[in-house]
Amino acid sequence: MNAASLLLDGLPLPFSPGQTIMEAATVAGIFIPHLCHHPEFKPQGSCKLCTVKANGRYVSACTMPAKDGMEVENNSPDLNDKRRTLLQMLFVEGNHFCPSCEKSGNCLLQALAYELEMLTPHFTQFYPDRPVDASHPDVLLDFNRCVLCELCVRASRDVDRKNVFALSGRGIGKHLIVNAESGRLADTGFSLSDKAAHVCPVGVILEKRQGFKEPIGCRRYDLQPIGMQVGQRPGSEEGC
Amino acid sequence: MASTGFALESAASDRGKLRRIALDPLSRVEGHGKVTLLLDDDDQVQQARLHIVEFRGFEKFIQGRPYWEVPVMVQRLCGICPVSHHLAAAKALDQVVGADHLPPTAEKVRRLMHTGQILQSHALHFFHLSSPDLLFGFDSDAGRRNIVGIAAAYPEIARQGVLLRRFGQEVIRLTAGKRVHGTGAVPGGVNRALSREERAGLLAEIYQIIAWSRQAVQLVKRLHDADPELYDQFGSFRSNMLSIVGASGVLDFYDGRLRARDADGRMLADGVDVRNYAELISEEVKPWSYMKFPFLAAIGPQAGWYKVGPLARVQNCDAIATPLAEAERHEFIDHGRGQPIHAPLAYHWARMIEMLHAAETIKDLLHDDDLSGRELVTSGTRRHEGVGVIEAPRGTLIHHYRVGDDDLVTMCNLIVSTTHNNQPMNEAVRRVARRYLNGRELSEGLLNHIEVAIRCFDPCLSCATHALGKMPLQLELQDASGRVIGRLGATPASASPADSTG
Ligand code: SF4
Ligand code: FES
Repeated sequence: MNAASLLLDGLPLPFSPGQTIMEAATVAGIFIPHLCHHPEFKPQGSCKLCTVKANGRYVSACTMPAKDGMEVENNSPDLNDKRRTLLQMLFVEGNHFCPSCEKSGNCLLQALAYELEMLTPHFTQFYPDRPVDASHPDVLLDFNRCVLCELCVRASRDVDRKNVFALSGRGIGKHLIVNAESGRLADTGFSLSDKAAHVCPVGVILEKRQGFKEPIGCRRYDLQPIGMQVGQRPGSEEGC
Repeated sequence: MASTGFALESAASDRGKLRRIALDPLSRVEGHGKVTLLLDDDDQVQQARLHIVEFRGFEKFIQGRPYWEVPVMVQRLCGICPVSHHLAAAKALDQVVGADHLPPTAEKVRRLMHTGQILQSHALHFFHLSSPDLLFGFDSDAGRRNIVGIAAAYPEIARQGVLLRRFGQEVIRLTAGKRVHGTGAVPGGVNRALSREERAGLLAEIYQIIAWSRQAVQLVKRLHDADPELYDQFGSFRSNMLSIVGASGVLDFYDGRLRARDADGRMLADGVDVRNYAELISEEVKPWSYMKFPFLAAIGPQAGWYKVGPLARVQNCDAIATPLAEAERHEFIDHGRGQPIHAPLAYHWARMIEMLHAAETIKDLLHDDDLSGRELVTSGTRRHEGVGVIEAPRGTLIHHYRVGDDDLVTMCNLIVSTTHNNQPMNEAVRRVARRYLNGRELSEGLLNHIEVAIRCFDPCLSCATHALGKMPLQLELQDASGRVIGRLGATPASASPADSTG
């Protein structure tokens, strides 16, 4: 029995020892925006979308252990403003054209932009030139949409034991690479059945030739806003 | 990624000896462009040139993208007829995925989607864009010559226009998933069928839609009867005509083989597989325009140009498969007294016959249980190339792609409806300008008449040059030394002469 609890936006939130703020909130069905967090992977706290204020300090909810009596601010205008700015920066750094993107409706970045009411990109678009890698017979890599969450890196390394992906460069030059001399996915041991083929929260790692077979309007975040799907597994949606 | 920057006018200027006149902007034409009238030394209109600002980025943009994205992406080409591009691309990519025969459900859902688009587009064009000219007269008060004016003077006509269009949009929404930029067609089929409830909902309205479409044809006929000389002669010129026709020669907007007739109605080409379009059609580039000039290769650029769209289709086919529209086609053909009708204003009549056919076709499709089937996609032997053709509301639309082994598009070529009609529009403007330009005097009457002539073709200037933005249209006059001696502009609300200094 553990009666430990913290205060999340003024309401008591019980938690078990070792849980992060994110985990405790998720169990209680409370939404904390996140991008690089995935319940099956060790948190790494890189995207900062989950930033909350714990006892007056900005911390990442996905890495911060819950503490008894902690006062946490989550759904506040101040934090959502900051999160929205982070999203806007992500949008302009890549090439995100939702209307013709096959991930539309199943994309975490898009869902967050709706949830946080991001109405414009605000910043000037970078329009980076990032050719796609279509070398693999079953999987397309469209680097235009990478948000550097490293979920594929973690999945390939920790689950598939293949180390197919890595981040390279630093700062604004940081980008995803494929670990092969040629740099091409076809020259790795990557396979469609890899965990890493199914973790990308945006539209980078895509099964080929599927595209728009699932109608727009019937997709996960078309049916319900992300804030109301806390703790649900992708794929558990009903469709239409 | 391609930048979308474009200048208002970047067409190469002609340093010839002709004077020029340019119109600005052409209100109520969808998209925008520019008209230059070139006068000879005797102040006669020698040539009319419809300039369009270039945006050739699209074919490039699509290169290097995965083919399954294309039917969705090409809709960004054009806010006016996205469904046509969506389906033309999907049809081309059917060939790439080896889907030579779509499941009946897929074929019929696509046909329904396309017919909905024809209905809504024709209703929009006739009621919103053209009826003000036709009902009030070309020289009537410009402030009233719009759909608001129609709503005040002819409330029932305006209401029917709005509801016809809305019905077409609803058909699109239910088949494409969205009113604009749908994703319903995928290479090899569709991603959704219609439920019985959805069909019942549309069926409840379709008989009213058919009735209103019949009335629209009657309205155009009354206009022709009231002023036969104007309707038969305004801007009229003879030319070849091109369209696809369906099996056994019937009018078919969705699929068929290419057919061309000459100005007398004689068959020039028939049964041409669209995959051989490049043998039938060549395109000429002219230094003053970014929009190409297609022509029938066998005849050559001088005499090989042709009209597309309703006027060509209704006269190119041997029959219309629905009874009400077929009866109207007969009456239309009879009006020509054994000769093809070339008058631009007859486009409206043909367009309304097509709208009636679309309404009847939608009714037949809605009764077909295949629409609610389960088999949505198919595939076969992969190919590296595909050509899709469709009769878009404005005319023949051709999409041609090559796709590599890695599934990425390596080549894209599009010939859009308005481009086929490029030379015909120039010709119509020239005829009208010759008739209505008085010396070197730019008048509002001239402006109005040129607008009306261009509008007959229902041009979509933005997609004709693959523009993603808007381009205002201007009318300009230059003297023999190339100096602008006149300029005229009109806004949608009022057509008033703009500054006339060069
Ligand atoms: S490819 Fe996807 S999963 Fe991998 S880092 Fe980029 S966004 Fe994350
Ligand atoms: S979700 Fe916590 S930092 Fe990305």
